[in-house]
Amino acid sequence: MAMLHIVNKSPFERNSLESCLLHAKPGATVLLIEDAVVGAAQGTVLSDRIQKALESVKLAVLGADLEARGIAQEKLVDGVNVVDYAGFVDLVTGHDNNQSWL
Amino acid sequence: MAIEVNGKTYETDEEGYLANLNEWDEDVAKAMAEADGAELTDAHWEVINFLREYYDEYQIAPAVRVLTKAIGKKLGKEKGNSKYLYELFPYGPAKQACKYAGLPKPTGCV
Amino acid sequence: MSEVKKFLYVNRKAPYGSIYALESLEVVLIGAAFDQDVTLAFLDDGVYQLVKGKNTEAIGMKNFSPTYSALGDYDVTKIYVEKESLEARGLTLGDLMDLKYEDEDDDWAEKDSIRVVSASEMADIMDTQDIVLSF
Repeated sequence: MAMLHIVNKSPFERNSLESCLLHAKPGATVLLIEDAVVGAAQGTVLSDRIQKALESVKLAVLGADLEARGIAQEKLVDGVNVVDYAGFVDLVTGHDNNQSWL
Repeated sequence: MAIEVNGKTYETDEEGYLANLNEWDEDVAKAMAEADGAELTDAHWEVINFLREYYDEYQIAPAVRVLTKAIGKKLGKEKGNSKYLYELFPYGPAKQACKYAGLPKPTGCV
Repeated sequence: MSEVKKFLYVNRKAPYGSIYALESLEVVLIGAAFDQDVTLAFLDDGVYQLVKGKNTEAIGMKNFSPTYSALGDYDVTKIYVEKESLEARGLTLGDLMDLKYEDEDDDWAEKDSIRVVSASEMADIMDTQDIVLSF
């Protein structure tokens, strides 16, 4: 059963992303939206953690939230996917279940 | 809103539930019942007192299903069924009895 | 009546600093009327919701701790608490409220509702639900 995990808080402010990655099963997808998108950038204290997570889960960020925060797609950790709103919907329908990390 | 009993004023919400649980006394319960055209018998008081004790312990008014089960356990099987409770409180045991007991409307009760 | 679904309520926030804990508890109590298979999970700061000995008088908020003891009456009998979250906060099972339920299938024997599980067991629990509601 593949789960879509949705995180919307900055990992520099809360442990939502950290806790999510601790509980995400291999094969799950983690989608970062709103403030959480900053967690996918290169060169942060979390980049290694994100790189490591990509070995077992898929990571996606919502492009609109990325742009709104001035983070270029090229600045993301390699392997992180950018999705638009339609892609967000596809992720929801393409997984058996979803869980939010507030 | 408010109701007045024996010269004392009790504040209520728009549905007639007592605003302040601690203001409750037997007179206000009787007055609420009277306004509904009901008279409170020992059987009614048994349920009302049970509800007050339940609220005191758990800080919630129980859902009907929970109330029914708990009444059956405490007061006997013949009373722990919805027929018995609805006969006493035809407007709904949780809703009506809670009101007379001075409790807020049960969580999830519409 | 539709088929029974597995509902998981995930609690990750401490009580009183925000409305999440109380909202979650109310949704659980309301949802219990629908005869679903309900499980509660407490992890991260959510474990503080179950800590015993709270007194909220001086902050002027209603103490809703006693209500957790009513969950057994509402047939909510599976309450999982994450071990790592307790440890990170210097807490043990002994710091939590003693929540019980009566097992209908075992001559109403009183049993513990709280089970402490590891993060990896918690991940398995999350993975086997039909609906996950996060608070």
